[in-house]
Amino acid sequence: MYEIIAFYLFSFLTITLFSIVVFSKNALYSMTALAGGMIFISGFFFLLDADFLGVVQIIVYSGAVMAVYAFGMIFIDTAKDVKEKIKAKRMIYSFSVAIAVLLVVIVSSPIISKNIIISTPMIEGVGNSKMVGYILFTKYLVPFELTAVMLLVAMVAGIVLVSKKMDISLSLKNDYEAKSEFEEGVAK
Amino acid sequence: MEKYIYITLFAPLIGSLFAALFGDKEKKLITGIFASFMLLVSAFSAIYLLMNIDAEHTYHVKLMDWISAGGLNVPFGFVADQVSVIMMVTVTFVSAMIHIYSIGYMDHDKSFNRFFIYLSLFVFSMLILVMSDNFLGLFIGWEGVGLCSWLLIGFWYHKDSASWAANEAFIMNRVADLGMLIGIFLIYWNFGSLEYDVVFAKASSLSIGTLTLVGIFLFIGAMGKSAQFPFHTWLADAMEGPTPVSALIHAATMVTAGVFLVIRANQVFSLIPEVGLFIASLGAFVAVFAASMALVHNDLKKIIAYSTLSQLGYMFVAGGLGAYWVALFHLMTHAFFKSVLFLGAGNVMHAMDDELNIKKMGGLGDKMKWTMVIMTIASLALSGIYPFAGFFSKDKILEVAFSEHAYILWAMLWIGAGMTAFYSFRLVMLVFFGEERYKRYGFHPHEAGALMLWAMAPLALFATFGGFSEHGFYEFVTDLLPKFEPEIEPHFMSYILMVITLGIAISGILYAVYKYTTGGFSKEVEKYPVYKLLANQYYIPAFYDKCIVKPYIAISAFLWQKIDVAIVDMTVDAIAKVLYKSGDKARVMQSGNLSNMLRLMVFGLLVLLLLAVIFYPAK
Amino acid sequence: MITLTHYLVVSSILFAIGLVGIVRRKNLLMLFFSTEILLNAVNIGFAAISREFHDMTGQMFAFFIIAVAASEVAVGLGLLVLWYKRKSTIDLDSMQSMKG
Repeated sequence: MYEIIAFYLFSFLTITLFSIVVFSKNALYSMTALAGGMIFISGFFFLLDADFLGVVQIIVYSGAVMAVYAFGMIFIDTAKDVKEKIKAKRMIYSFSVAIAVLLVVIVSSPIISKNIIISTPMIEGVGNSKMVGYILFTKYLVPFELTAVMLLVAMVAGIVLVSKKMDISLSLKNDYEAKSEFEEGVAK
Repeated sequence: MEKYIYITLFAPLIGSLFAALFGDKEKKLITGIFASFMLLVSAFSAIYLLMNIDAEHTYHVKLMDWISAGGLNVPFGFVADQVSVIMMVTVTFVSAMIHIYSIGYMDHDKSFNRFFIYLSLFVFSMLILVMSDNFLGLFIGWEGVGLCSWLLIGFWYHKDSASWAANEAFIMNRVADLGMLIGIFLIYWNFGSLEYDVVFAKASSLSIGTLTLVGIFLFIGAMGKSAQFPFHTWLADAMEGPTPVSALIHAATMVTAGVFLVIRANQVFSLIPEVGLFIASLGAFVAVFAASMALVHNDLKKIIAYSTLSQLGYMFVAGGLGAYWVALFHLMTHAFFKSVLFLGAGNVMHAMDDELNIKKMGGLGDKMKWTMVIMTIASLALSGIYPFAGFFSKDKILEVAFSEHAYILWAMLWIGAGMTAFYSFRLVMLVFFGEERYKRYGFHPHEAGALMLWAMAPLALFATFGGFSEHGFYEFVTDLLPKFEPEIEPHFMSYILMVITLGIAISGILYAVYKYTTGGFSKEVEKYPVYKLLANQYYIPAFYDKCIVKPYIAISAFLWQKIDVAIVDMTVDAIAKVLYKSGDKARVMQSGNLSNMLRLMVFGLLVLLLLAVIFYPAK
Repeated sequence: MITLTHYLVVSSILFAIGLVGIVRRKNLLMLFFSTEILLNAVNIGFAAISREFHDMTGQMFAFFIIAVAASEVAVGLGLLVLWYKRKSTIDLDSMQSMKG
């Protein structure tokens, strides 16, 4: 019973918030709605007995990703409305509605077949986090490590992209040398 | 012996191709000399063949298999039998003389080389026509001579009148060729083959109705080529071409192709005497019709052209009444004296700076002695005076008409003979004798060059003495053609006829000589309506122009604007426009605009989902 | 009772909303927001199916999607910053250098 209420509440809120993200003219509202939506998605995860995933969702998405987006907001003049010229509005909306309808049709038809092979069965009685731990470090170890590398790469990429004057090492020289080198570089 | 057939046929082609190497360059004498030399080779080869053919030895060669489609099997074959070899000798010999003459005549023309290309090509086409052993080869030669005559009549293409005349000749020929094509189709349909041997052997097995149709349609083609009424207007206008062209094409060879067709297909025509009678009547009508127009014209070459038309009528009378060898004989003698008449006219034109109006000439005999002699000889031959060649052939035709009890035809031909004599000598008198009117117009005539005179000499000799070969001719040709001896009862009647014919011819000559020595007809004559009728060619060209040409042009203009431009062009343009516009619209796909590309991705997703839903129904 | 179908329907609707956002938004940053929506919608689907079949695979997949999305945001924002420094605008239409 609670599940039903929770489900409908979360779904309604999520859809509303994401609609605001998509349709709002104000960038700030958009971002805030996105953050809110993320939280409610996490609620969904909790409803679905995916505790670990729900927590990760809050930490990573609502925390880290939204923070990054918030930094991105520096580059938008949030006082102005986002001006968008859209051609053929009706066509877009009709497409999307059609896609939505089709998807719903696809998923509502009984898709449950009897021959699905469960490759990673859940063990009853073990909590979700423990289960995730078991799976992650045995079966999905390699993807896990690769993900770590990928995150490292992303971090390096982010730093390289936005910083300037990386060739002067500030830590191995004393202040005076570093400053003069820096100024030479600027003068060039 | 077969190689002589090939030599005769292909030597003119080699001459033409050689001249074609120099087509657009300035005059090179070697082209003319080489072309004439090739023609002489061809002529001698033809004469050699003539001497070696008799009843047992006729030669038939097959060059290659040409069309082999389904039931139609037409090889490219050539036959040298009595009829074709006579034509070959005539054509090649006259052409050779005319080639040599042209070296002198076209001396100052800047398209000297081009002339010889076309002239030799014409001879080649005519030889294909004559030597072919099937109707389709005949048709190829037919069209080939039509094409070459177009090229040659419109030789001076920058003159509008020449281009127009060339078009008129070609188009009129083409219209008549439709009839001939239908005839050929009928032949194939009924006989299953187009070769002469096969067709003529089976000819008697067909119904008279079919044969009549075949004969009529073939004759329509002959009418166009030989300028019989109503396809005659092109011949007079074809005088726009250079004079050697008129001599070769419109005297000796192309226009006789129609007669040749009738002679060749004699086995068909003998079976349908009604059509023959029609042909003969038409021929007699044309003979008188053309002669009447020649009486009043003042254009030198047009008079000779009408005389050709008239003589063609005589030939058709002979052919139509079944005396095919007589028609062939007259064809041969006519080729010689008519061509030399034209060449003489060419001399006169050269002397008078291409002036054609005989009223501006006169008394040229003093200055142009040899031309005068030759032209007088030719005119005597044309009028049918003994002992010149024309006497034998023309007289024979009249006898034929009489013996077939076609008395009306005989009378028409008899009157025609008188008119022929009159206008020929009218021409001679007005040009060579009498008052020297040319002095009034400031001309300085001189005799033609020696080369040109020597080229005319053999033809003139034949025109003089050729008639005596009648007996040998008869023996030779009737191995193939039906023997036809005019039988006139009682026997002395034939002599009386001969005397009457000679009588009217001589009286025509004397009348012309008398009238034109005493100053000719007065200007009053030109006011008579009969004169006007004749001078305007019975208003037939005007009629054709108003009733056929102008509506046709109007229809063409309408079709062009309303149908061709509006519908056909528009359809083609529409296809191009559709492609262009769709490309224009599809260009958006590559706009480089992220938003658009994402939109297209969404659209693609929609399509895939649709496909998934339609083609993979959930269980 | 909330069955799998319900969750999948919600997932589809969110996915559609994400698509609308992608197509509609002309601002690069807003485009990224819409991408996030898409990813999240898919995550819900995975988790729902995972619960249905008592299979951990779905959850693991969703987990990795989150990780990838995070790193993608980092790099994407870095590029966006660079572009902004050059062009002073992040309007999509201005990023078009092909004449089309």
